[in-house]
Amino acid sequence: MDKFMTVTGVALPLRRSNVDTDQIIPAVYLKRVTKTGFEDALFAAWRTDPEFVLNRPEYAQARILVAGADFGTGSSREHAVWALRDYGFDVVLCPRFGDIFRGNAGKQGLLAAQITEDDAQRLWSIIEADPGIELTVDLVARTARVGDFTVPFQVDDYTRWRLLEGLDDIGLTLRDEARIAEFESHREPWRPRTLPARQVSL
Amino acid sequence: MTNASMSGERPRTLAEKVWDKHLVSKGSDGTPDLIYIDLHLVHEVTSPQAFDGLRLAGRRLRRPDLTIATEDHNTPTLAIDRPIKDLTSRTQIETLRRNCEEFGVRLHSLGDIEQGIVHVVGPQLGLTQPGITVVCGDSHTSTHGAFGAMALGIGTSEVEHVMATQTLPLQPFKTMAITVDGTLRPGVTAKDVILAVIAKIGTGGGQGYVLEYRGSAIRALSMEGRMTICNMSIEAGARAGMVAPDATTYAYLKGRAHSPAGQDWDDAVAYWETLATDEGAVFDAEVVLDADTLEPFVTWGTNPGQGVSLSETVPDPAGVADANERAAAERALEYMDLAAGTPMKDIRVDTVFLGSCTNSRVEDLRAAAEIVKGQTMAPGLRMLVVPGSARVRIEAEAEGLDKIFTDFGAEWRFAGCSMCLGMNPDQLAPGERCASTSNRNFEGRQGKGGRTHLVSPLVAAATAIRGTLSSPWDLVAAGLVTADAIPAELAPAAAPALDGAL
Repeated sequence: MDKFMTVTGVALPLRRSNVDTDQIIPAVYLKRVTKTGFEDALFAAWRTDPEFVLNRPEYAQARILVAGADFGTGSSREHAVWALRDYGFDVVLCPRFGDIFRGNAGKQGLLAAQITEDDAQRLWSIIEADPGIELTVDLVARTARVGDFTVPFQVDDYTRWRLLEGLDDIGLTLRDEARIAEFESHREPWRPRTLPARQVSL
Repeated sequence: MTNASMSGERPRTLAEKVWDKHLVSKGSDGTPDLIYIDLHLVHEVTSPQAFDGLRLAGRRLRRPDLTIATEDHNTPTLAIDRPIKDLTSRTQIETLRRNCEEFGVRLHSLGDIEQGIVHVVGPQLGLTQPGITVVCGDSHTSTHGAFGAMALGIGTSEVEHVMATQTLPLQPFKTMAITVDGTLRPGVTAKDVILAVIAKIGTGGGQGYVLEYRGSAIRALSMEGRMTICNMSIEAGARAGMVAPDATTYAYLKGRAHSPAGQDWDDAVAYWETLATDEGAVFDAEVVLDADTLEPFVTWGTNPGQGVSLSETVPDPAGVADANERAAAERALEYMDLAAGTPMKDIRVDTVFLGSCTNSRVEDLRAAAEIVKGQTMAPGLRMLVVPGSARVRIEAEAEGLDKIFTDFGAEWRFAGCSMCLGMNPDQLAPGERCASTSNRNFEGRQGKGGRTHLVSPLVAAATAIRGTLSSPWDLVAAGLVTADAIPAELAPAAAPALDGAL
């Protein structure tokens, strides 16, 4: 994973709350067995509307999404993060995220940064007054800046550290492999095992 | 409750006990805890990229003996002996089969007796047990919390992480007690309880929390009912939902294929008995719901929090104070093609779907069958009945439920996720309206342009007879059935004050 420090890019205002992952990427697009190539699937149902904000030419180069509360609720599909990344987004700013989505984002180099409801409203107003305006997101300082206006955002320390360092989770955990093996050596015999498969008659 | 003060320990909640028991290492300074995973459930949609990741990194699957896979999301529910028509669906299923072969994962494929929705299969095999940690690349993994397990839905990167390490780095959680005391009225079900909970706390209300469902109304529920409730914890944004194990749990587990046996059973029960939340344990938040006054609950909008009692009307967005929520309600009514003030019971549906990991167990099918038995389906309506697993299907057929449904005019299908999500051939057409026992009424969830009302199996069955959203009592009131056609325990006489409209 690449290291994440600052991102400057066009901000896109998505004035909707409760954007669930079925809206970010409908299930019909989940059939692929690869991790890339999902850019056309992003907001697929809404994009059929020519007025949808993603279709406006001023936002064609958008890299930062500013969304309403409860973004990424619902299904655990990491494809939602892949679709946002494939489309070109590096950051989502929003007042509240679905838990699973936020976890998925951190693992794919997508910064899910939490801002206040008021700051989301102000950012929307600023962006809509000047469509195509660029915003700078600074992960070291935990701020998003547009012109003279700066808002702080929250991201947990661990996710921030991993993003800044571009670290791989599995590699980090496997450094503790001895502890995992030690834990396993105490596992009670009655805890479930899938193998060997057991059958009961009907 | 167990008494912790006697042993001098800090009183803990059920969730904290399960978490503590699985700590491989404790985090500090913002680093997460490393939690051991007892059971990893796998299906075809969220696993291919994870297996690929293992292969690319040259990593092995650490514990095939704690891993099990089924095919459910993509699978057709008709002609399952034929090759899957949709090529991308077929590729995904074939990829799972190849991956399971290569990495030594036990797989229950289409046609196998244990095939079915992953969250129906785990419990029915006895693999889901109290006090374990369960994960799956599916948000409805919360279902397994009904047994007093810590069950978490995860993304594909985490699936790969569990495959490689059998652990997950997880941030600590907050706890929320959801207490439902009293007695549910006849015909009010677990589904109505959870829809009412979500309407009360909102789709983000559970964010960061593990919910524990407590109280006499929860204790009185079967395991199937508890699974229905825990299943939809994620629709309130929660990380997990749990119910402390008790005699009902043990009775369900005893004798299942992978339940402990002999001395192991006694040792396991001794541990399970220690899991209940200690007296004096403190929850970070508490919510109370009165079971006595609850009515059948249905959704009108496009998220599971947008619900009302069946006897109410479609709400007016103008009455919503928060501007964002008001805009969301307005958009929901437009999408659903509903006018504020319309009685919910006047809403006519085209399709009824009985199935999904929320309500596809044999108890759900039985409840619906009792209502439709000997009745006639509303003209022009279609009804799909989709058992949660091949085993449920066979059990239901042994009881003759399939015959009741097909005599009624419903379609009796093979097991799978089916019409819960628009991923397999079972989908709504644009504009089509459905009363569905599933868990999500999002825009396009059941097919592009489809409109979903979430309901209980009893409401689904009554709706299929009357054609508009209905409870079994409404059938009697409408003169569609005589009172003696409603099972005695659901008869209006048993609950005279339930519905003001009667």
